[in-house]
Amino acid sequence: MSETFEPVIIGFTCNWCSYRAADMAGTARMKYAPNVRLIRLMCSGRLDPVFILKAFKGGADAVLVSGCHPGDCHYVEQNYKALRRFHLLQRVLAQMGIEPGRLKLVWASAAEGAILADEINRFVEEVRTLGPLHWRDNIADVAPHLSSLEVTEEVAHGR
Amino acid sequence: MAANAKPKLALYWAASCGGCEIAVLAIHEKILDVAAAFDIVLWPCVMDFKKKDVEAMADGEIDVCLFNGAIRTDENAEWAHLLRKKSKVMVAYGSCSSEGCIPGLANFKDRQQMMQFIYLDSPSVDNPEGILPQMETQVPEGVLTLPGFWNTVKTLDQVVPVEYYLPGCPPEAEWTLAAVDAILSGNLPPAGSVIGLASTVCDQCTRTRSEKKISRFYRPYEIIPDPDICLLDQGLFCAGIATRAGCGALCPQVNRGCEGCYGPPEGVEDAGARLISGIASVLDADTLEEINAILDTLPDPAGYFYRFGLPHSIMHRVRLEQQNSNKVAAPISLVKD
Repeated sequence: MSETFEPVIIGFTCNWCSYRAADMAGTARMKYAPNVRLIRLMCSGRLDPVFILKAFKGGADAVLVSGCHPGDCHYVEQNYKALRRFHLLQRVLAQMGIEPGRLKLVWASAAEGAILADEINRFVEEVRTLGPLHWRDNIADVAPHLSSLEVTEEVAHGR
Repeated sequence: MAANAKPKLALYWAASCGGCEIAVLAIHEKILDVAAAFDIVLWPCVMDFKKKDVEAMADGEIDVCLFNGAIRTDENAEWAHLLRKKSKVMVAYGSCSSEGCIPGLANFKDRQQMMQFIYLDSPSVDNPEGILPQMETQVPEGVLTLPGFWNTVKTLDQVVPVEYYLPGCPPEAEWTLAAVDAILSGNLPPAGSVIGLASTVCDQCTRTRSEKKISRFYRPYEIIPDPDICLLDQGLFCAGIATRAGCGALCPQVNRGCEGCYGPPEGVEDAGARLISGIASVLDADTLEEINAILDTLPDPAGYFYRFGLPHSIMHRVRLEQQNSNKVAAPISLVKD
């Protein structure tokens, strides 16, 4: 297969910073890799590890977590919780056979569209090197309904 | 069933330790009521029944089947399908059939790694010829067969539909009794229900809790815990915050952190993810160095978080090596290479 592998990346962004950074990158017509599907949360502290696990299970090759710089959280200190969860989850995922490089944390303020775009470009290349994750194939005998490449209602809403 | 006949009860074990069989007897003299109220048609641990006896029954002839044990071999699955067909109500009894439990820890490995360790590498094994179990073995009298052994341990509801769940390793007598009473009175909860409480072990724990700040974790042998203060507050791992109530907080009462055998509470899909979220948020650390220093005192986090529930968790198992993953759905064999 000579086609380049195009990773599917789910990016969780914070309403107060990184989502606006992405918005800014768009308004400023900065070009960056189209592989990241951004999802807006009210805060990186809202990011339940379940969201990340479901992203991997549902077919994501990598997950990007982004939030406000430490000290800048709109809700005072929730991004510190996100930071701690991120590192604990990374350890757990490593035990599950998911490389730490498939989960990335980026701090980006609302003014840092260029930084976010750069980080996304770099991340896409890093994940391209890691190759596809194919978690649905990994659990094909437990959840055969997931092995089809189509994202069904079931994949979107349940296990 | 005929108007005067007793309802039929079946009890079966798949990949389990036998503790659930004992747990059934923990209802003490009430077992006599059970024996009086039900016609026990299958209980391999206690009485002699053959598979052909079950096969001879009409579909749906068994009123209730209490099925304990996870599904990890072709035989386990065969029995699950057979009993599902013959039973009106299927109850996943105990942690193995509901969550995967200790047999489910096999999902941290694959079949090849298991065979390698159990039959070849384990220090207590003496197997100089490197003999591994085979699905078929030729002997002078004919061919001996063993059921296929799966790469992935599954819960009962990943193999057949299940009406009720009775979690716990093993389930406490109180809830076995509640299930028996519900069945006898016909006052059954909606299908898919867990028979037990909705809240967490913390609700039944009498220890004093305060605002948590964990600055390091301790292994149980490293400290003598204060008997009145929350174990997690003392840095001892306790899964009570993400585990269904129902046991009366047995382990924390004896200075042992909850291990999570009752599975996730109502509304929580993945107990491990809930533990990651909860434990991480109370670490007393704001920088990467501080966070790593604390996490280094918690070896094997995935093992702690998914001790009882890996097969039923969102991820189900660890990643199979690429060369193995193609074989996942293929017919199971135990052959050496």
